Amino acid sequence: MALLEVRGLRKEFGDVVAVDGVDIKSEEGEFLVLLGPSGCGKTTLLRMIAGLEHPTEGQILLGGEDVTDLPPRARQIAMVFQSYALYPHMTVARNIAFPLKAQGVDGPERDEKVKWAAGLFGIEHLLHRRPRQLSGGERQRVALARAIVREPSVFLLDEPLSNLDAKLRAAARDDLMGFQRRIGITSVYVTHDQVEAMGMGDRIAVMRDGKIRQMGTPEEVYHHPADTFVAQFIGSPPMNLLDWGDYILGFRPEHFLPEGVQDGGDRVPFDFFVNRIEYLGSERYLYGFIPGHEETKVIAMLPATVTVPLEEQRQHRFSVASDQLRFFDKDGGQKIPPQTIQA
Amino acid sequence: MTTQTAKKPRYLADSPRFLAGLFMSPTIIYIVALVGFPFALAIIYAFTDITTGDPSLEFVGLDTIKAVWNDTVFRRALGNTFWFAVISNLFVVILATGLAELLTRDFKGKWFVRFLVLLPWVAPVSLATLTWLWTLDSVFSPIDWLLRQVGLIDQNMYWLGRPSLAFISVVAVQVWRIAPLAAVIVMAGMMAIPKDVHDAVEVDGAGPWRRLFEINIPLLAPIIAVAVLFGVILSMADMSVIYVLTRGGPTHRTQVLSTWAYFKGIEGGALGQGAAVALFLFPVLVGLTAVILRLARRREVL
Repeated sequence: MALLEVRGLRKEFGDVVAVDGVDIKSEEGEFLVLLGPSGCGKTTLLRMIAGLEHPTEGQILLGGEDVTDLPPRARQIAMVFQSYALYPHMTVARNIAFPLKAQGVDGPERDEKVKWAAGLFGIEHLLHRRPRQLSGGERQRVALARAIVREPSVFLLDEPLSNLDAKLRAAARDDLMGFQRRIGITSVYVTHDQVEAMGMGDRIAVMRDGKIRQMGTPEEVYHHPADTFVAQFIGSPPMNLLDWGDYILGFRPEHFLPEGVQDGGDRVPFDFFVNRIEYLGSERYLYGFIPGHEETKVIAMLPATVTVPLEEQRQHRFSVASDQLRFFDKDGGQKIPPQTIQA
Repeated sequence: MTTQTAKKPRYLADSPRFLAGLFMSPTIIYIVALVGFPFALAIIYAFTDITTGDPSLEFVGLDTIKAVWNDTVFRRALGNTFWFAVISNLFVVILATGLAELLTRDFKGKWFVRFLVLLPWVAPVSLATLTWLWTLDSVFSPIDWLLRQVGLIDQNMYWLGRPSLAFISVVAVQVWRIAPLAAVIVMAGMMAIPKDVHDAVEVDGAGPWRRLFEINIPLLAPIIAVAVLFGVILSMADMSVIYVLTRGGPTHRTQVLSTWAYFKGIEGGALGQGAAVALFLFPVLVGLTAVILRLARRREVL
């Protein structure tokens, strides 16, 4: 039985359909990431799971029980907000104790749990401070401790790392993952950052326009995107997509290599006119186009281990392993079975 | 090098000093003429025995102030002023917080309800109070009529005719009058609380009372203090409600310092005594302002 299940969930705000028929099943202990551009409905979906928004249609089940009509406080969930939403007039200790107080947990038991939660995130020394006296990273830990203190069955996180600077974010990501693995709590994590999603998710649900376009492990969504949107949204630089007559042809920049670099297997050769080369140390980015498809920019990403000399403003011979080619329908952009190809 | 930097014409309007003076002068003139001058005059009058019948300035030291202080009506007015301000603002705070809580919710016709709530504040005070004068009339009061119909009373209440009832009536009208302003101030404060914080309160499992007393009121304390400051100053310094409804009666039960100063100084012609009565308010208001502003600054947490 799935711990968290969402069935045919739909949410309309006036004429706008924010979430349009979403189905999710999440197992105990899973780290599920909702990934998508802003406005795709991922936060609305999370808020419906939390009970902060009421769905127009559909059901939400927690541990098999229908909680669609229950208020947030009757659900066993905790949520971490993008802004952390700490209570500014309370000390860290009182912030963490607040959900317990609301639940009627008193006295020594409450103090003990506050200490336990603070200990999990290494913030015992901050218990007497107020939120405004804390750094961004410390605030985030307080928010996590407050969410976890009453041991919820589902943990919801709404872009909790986006207010941290890049360096802190990597460390916080590592902390968060370590913590989630240790506690083994089912988590739903909303982000627009595909690197975060790839690195953290057991499974990723890629959303657009209120719909889930693809749901799968990071490997699945990266290597076998369900449509052209997923292909371009995930991966940096994104998958190259070329209008190839009856269908759309796709391949990842790192699979687009100069002839002779990789031998064996079945490879499809392409001519590649290189406009510009970016040298980034660990890799080289080559920007250009394939003759006959001048209107589409193609990017090749060569690891530093590929030392073949290449020149700008020249045509070179490249190739892609044929099992790395992806094919999409021209109308809807949906994935279609492999096609035979003449380059 | 110095050839081209030469004489560009300098206008008077290029001088910041001149401009500063120019732009500030209307305000300064206005304040001096309409606030500063009468205020200085009031201080001078309070130390003389000037009356409208004898407008010569003869300094009598503290005699006028002593005379005012020893007047039993003044003592009553002093107490009334205090209770009038405290009781009405107590209700104003409760009402304003409740209204703000209500008006920040989403419901149909919110715009219209907000408009209705603000109405007592935008209506001219004398006009609005006149309506109340009729509503509380000793013979034709619609409230009395209603109570009679329901069978709660046999004869009229005389809302403004019985001392204690009159005091309750002026407090009620004062609350009606200043609650909208306070409600709008508190509402603005409530809308400034981040939505995430309220969402967090819900997810953390707090009910409406906990949310009100542990989150909203502590966070709004500085804003509520400002609303109280306005309310208290309005209750102490503005006499329109009492003047129109009861003229301080009956038996001076609703007499406050502002009305008493007016009756003494303007209607009674004892300018010196009127000024002395009015001046009693000054240190009280200064003290209150200082206390509340300090409080507001200390509670600033966001």
